[in-house]
Amino acid sequence: MDKVIDDLIALGKGLSITFKNYLEKPVTKQYPEEKRKVPNRTRGRHVLHRYEDDLERCVGCLLCQGTCPAGAIYIEAEENTPDNQVSKGERYARVFDLDLLRCIYCGHCEMACPTNAITLENNTALAGFSRDSLLMHKEDLLEPTGSATLGTTEYWDPKPPDQVKHKVPAQTGQFDGSSTSAAAVGRGDLKLHQKPLNPKVVESNDE
Amino acid sequence: MNWDLIIIAETAIRALITCALLQLAFAMMTRWERRVIAKMQWRLGPNRAGPEGLLQPFADGLKLLFKEQLIPDRARPFLFLVAPCVSLVVSLTSFSVIPVQLGNFPFPVLTPEQGGEHARYLFQIADLNVGVLFLLGITSLSVYGIVLGGWASGNKYSLLGGIRASAQMISYELSLGLALLSPLLMVGSLSFREIALFQSGTAWLFLAQPLACVVFIIAGLAETNRAPFDLPEAEQELGAGFHTEYSGMRFSIFFMAEYIAMMTVSSVLVTVFFGGPIILPFVPHNLFPMAESFLWFALKILICMFCFIWIRATFPRFRYDQLMSIGWRVLLPLGMLNMAITAVGVALRFPWWGYTVAIGGTVALLYIGGKLSRRGEDQH
Repeated sequence: MDKVIDDLIALGKGLSITFKNYLEKPVTKQYPEEKRKVPNRTRGRHVLHRYEDDLERCVGCLLCQGTCPAGAIYIEAEENTPDNQVSKGERYARVFDLDLLRCIYCGHCEMACPTNAITLENNTALAGFSRDSLLMHKEDLLEPTGSATLGTTEYWDPKPPDQVKHKVPAQTGQFDGSSTSAAAVGRGDLKLHQKPLNPKVVESNDE
Repeated sequence: MNWDLIIIAETAIRALITCALLQLAFAMMTRWERRVIAKMQWRLGPNRAGPEGLLQPFADGLKLLFKEQLIPDRARPFLFLVAPCVSLVVSLTSFSVIPVQLGNFPFPVLTPEQGGEHARYLFQIADLNVGVLFLLGITSLSVYGIVLGGWASGNKYSLLGGIRASAQMISYELSLGLALLSPLLMVGSLSFREIALFQSGTAWLFLAQPLACVVFIIAGLAETNRAPFDLPEAEQELGAGFHTEYSGMRFSIFFMAEYIAMMTVSSVLVTVFFGGPIILPFVPHNLFPMAESFLWFALKILICMFCFIWIRATFPRFRYDQLMSIGWRVLLPLGMLNMAITAVGVALRFPWWGYTVAIGGTVALLYIGGKLSRRGEDQH
């Protein structure tokens, strides 16, 4: 019999909880009008960056293509000539295709890039009406001339967590052969607003 | 002049208006229910179509109207098509005896001398002298729609839903009838209008018959297949149960039937236990303007519906054996006990609070007796 009374009290408690919730403010955000602030390091759609003098950062080294676990990047590199100086290195990316449907947004391309040319930005509203519209070409990814930014690098540079530290000497600009191949080529005049961090030397545990 | 024809025409027009209003109320109910449940879960609910989502039901209706209406290969086409109509017709018909308004229609069409007396009220289609009986009979037909729909779908989950519906509705109809019987004994009439007027200037019947009121609410929830008694359409267990195979407008007709049945149960609850269109307890109804009394009725129904939605948002579904056990082992004995006490009270001419005291006292005695006997068991 006491169990019946306990049960009735429990029912009342349940009802009071839902009624309390009814009086509270919903947590829903009205998305298109009202956007939630995403964390600075959110990995959204890629952007190809430029230098201040509008030359492309990308030197067509194919490191991002090589590191991409999903095979989403396709690059055809071509030599720079004095008549056609596109980037600051020896070569530039004549074709830079990126398939957003294949991309898994892991950010490895960003980590592999020796010149900070490719970053994953905070644009996460990625939807299209056709597959073709989600196949990004170089023109779609490249930031417009005259608006050189570092993108999310700014947020990665100051204090990257240990587990995401660049294995590539993007910051020192010096190739020491310890953690990557000849990637420091064509670094250009990237100015860092902070003192470069010492690249972490990966100790091999094989011995 | 043949007044009968005019009366028939007038009743038909009123029936049409009532049907239209009920459909509109159903449309608004779906949106309101979604909003309320959403708020209880810290969401917003539909708010895009029109201001505050008011056009959402019409958008939904339009979508359903243009959807393909599948008839499964193994279905029995005729019954498959008829089943939702049975449900809808039954729930619409049962609303016709509810007195929504006390006073006359502001523009009386016929005087009582012309035979218009029975049709003077704006929203009540017919003031039957056996209204309660009529309503119980009609609502018990509603199980046919569900069982036929489930069976004719040719799908075992639908069939299971239909079987559950039949067992559930038959079990709970007894308690529903018993819960209505006690107020009927007190009032001495089967007409809903007289039951409502009986409560004018005195206590509303939920004060005199609290137990019957609770039994009626629970049995009414079960009778309309509302949560937590929505076993026939258990989404998680049966994949929407009896209306799994229905699509498009036929599906929405089942929905319509369910919501209108809900409104009917609410209005019976309001009429029998909460004074119907009477604005306040203990105050004679004719102190207030009676032509507007349907507003009080609507307000009470809204509160009632809110409670139904609230209950749906709160409680999980019953297990099938729990459902049967509550129906037969709790509600039915309680209803019978209540009726017996009321019968004694009517014979001894109790005042209204006499019933409350008698019922409350009996329940308390039972509780104490149960505890004492339980204690005796413990000592062995």
